[in-house]
Amino acid sequence: MTKVEAIIQVSKLDAVKDALTEIGVEGMTVFEARGHGRQKGHTEFYRGREYTVDLIPKVKLEIVLADAMVEKVVQAIITSSRTGKIGDGKIFLSRIDDAIRIRNEERGDGAL
Amino acid sequence: MTRLLKVFLLLAVICVLAIDAAAQTPAAGTTAGSNSPGDSQGTHIARLEQAVVDARSSGDNAWMLVCSALVLMMTGPGLALFYGGLVRKKNVLATMMQSFAMMAIITILWALVAYSLAFGSGNSFIGGLQNAFLRGVGAQPDTDYAATIPLQTFMIYQLMFAIITPALITGAFAERMKFSAMSVFMILWALVVYAPIAHMVWGKGGFLNAALGGRFPTLDFAGGTVVHVTSGVSALVCALYLGPRIGYPRQPMPPHSVVLSFIGACLLWVGWFGFNAGSALSAGSLATSAFVATHFGAAAATLGWSAAEWWRNGKPSALGAISGAVAGLVAITPAAGFVSPMSAIVIGLLAGVFCYFMVAKVKMLAGYDDSLDAFGVHGAGGTLGAILTGIFASSAVNPIFKDAQGNTLASGLLEGNAHQLLNQFVGVAIAWGLAAVGTLAILKVVDMTIGLRVSEDHEIQGLDFSQHGEEGYNWDSPA
Repeated sequence: MTKVEAIIQVSKLDAVKDALTEIGVEGMTVFEARGHGRQKGHTEFYRGREYTVDLIPKVKLEIVLADAMVEKVVQAIITSSRTGKIGDGKIFLSRIDDAIRIRNEERGDGAL
Repeated sequence: MTRLLKVFLLLAVICVLAIDAAAQTPAAGTTAGSNSPGDSQGTHIARLEQAVVDARSSGDNAWMLVCSALVLMMTGPGLALFYGGLVRKKNVLATMMQSFAMMAIITILWALVAYSLAFGSGNSFIGGLQNAFLRGVGAQPDTDYAATIPLQTFMIYQLMFAIITPALITGAFAERMKFSAMSVFMILWALVVYAPIAHMVWGKGGFLNAALGGRFPTLDFAGGTVVHVTSGVSALVCALYLGPRIGYPRQPMPPHSVVLSFIGACLLWVGWFGFNAGSALSAGSLATSAFVATHFGAAAATLGWSAAEWWRNGKPSALGAISGAVAGLVAITPAAGFVSPMSAIVIGLLAGVFCYFMVAKVKMLAGYDDSLDAFGVHGAGGTLGAILTGIFASSAVNPIFKDAQGNTLASGLLEGNAHQLLNQFVGVAIAWGLAAVGTLAILKVVDMTIGLRVSEDHEIQGLDFSQHGEEGYNWDSPA
């Protein structure tokens, strides 16, 4: 089992969601996040005063998958969220020991 | 079908009877009158004249009551939203509460003594105590102030000005002053600064009163000096005395909701019609003239500020547009009722550009933390407006100066009355001086007794929680 964490542009959430549904991903958890990478922030002006907003809004998706699905999902996220410009985000993969469905205590891939 | 017809006929008969009765009531009165002994055409005319006076009074009074409500709306929710949106979200309630508290505190103070000090007969500088506890303030008009409305209407209308003026100051010390200290400060301020300046400019025998023969007649139609210069200058003194907020200017403190400020500014614009047009104290053509000037001034200043900002920052912001509108409304306040619509546009444009530079550049260079730009908008805009009034005032719009024979004299500089510009400077200088000295003295007293600023912990925590024990937004709490 693998956890896919994808930090993407807010404006790309709908496209990514559609792409994932299309390849059969059944569940996901979405967080509103704030942060920056090499993109840094942007500046805003209020009454002539310049403010640097260094933590800008992002969306973080978390999906736990059976290993067979992982590459397909990673590719789907990349193609649906890429603009080619700085600030497109990152994807992190990590191993998951087990999954448990609270309703019936089912375990492993079946619980996903 | 016949039943329907019967009902209809019955209704028709009732209507005819009702109209007949209504038409007969005055006729019956007249008949009874002409039958009474000693009645003549003379008394008949006198009665008709009285009816005309009553009708005029009723119209003026209706307008002035609406204006009183409009001016109250400028403070709450207008100014409360405008200022509330500009602070960080941990201070939104405390900031709105400072405006709302004025609606309660100044009202009671006005009834007890402040009205009398401002508008009672007194010397050149302050009113007496004969109207304390609103003694003698009833249905009878005071012809010196407004001949066609009850004095009580005049009193409640002027109260709304006394409420918003201190509320404007709160923008300067937002996010760092104790609520208790603010309350005491404002009570003293209303007595020491507002009542005297209102008396000098508008009160009977006032030193600067243009309508009632003051020594230096200053033109101030709706409160450019009384409201905006005094509050703006006091705001500057407060900002300097209290010092900057923790983290200013290193830490960014952008407005938490320009949306709230936007709604507030729009309410201010509408309420300002009550403020300026209502200052005609009647519902005639002078009110129209002030209404028109007010609107044009605000629109032109919106364009002025936005253009300056667009040029300097590359974008016209929403906050810039609404700030410009308020700056224009401030600057046109003394001039409305004295200037033509075209002059109002010029005043507005100048005010929009001038206040933008005061707020965006001068504040930065000088380094004071006037948190919400009470000085940059009200002090600067009010001063500019008061001076421009001396230039643009037109005797065609409002023939306020007359010679002994009753001939209209020139009003402003453009009509050749250069002396008026000097009088405007005198009025502004007195307002600046009184506001600065009075505010500094009050700050010292309050600072030495109960202390002005919240503790560092409380300031970081936010005034909503530390001063009022609540939070503006509980959206993060579960369920």
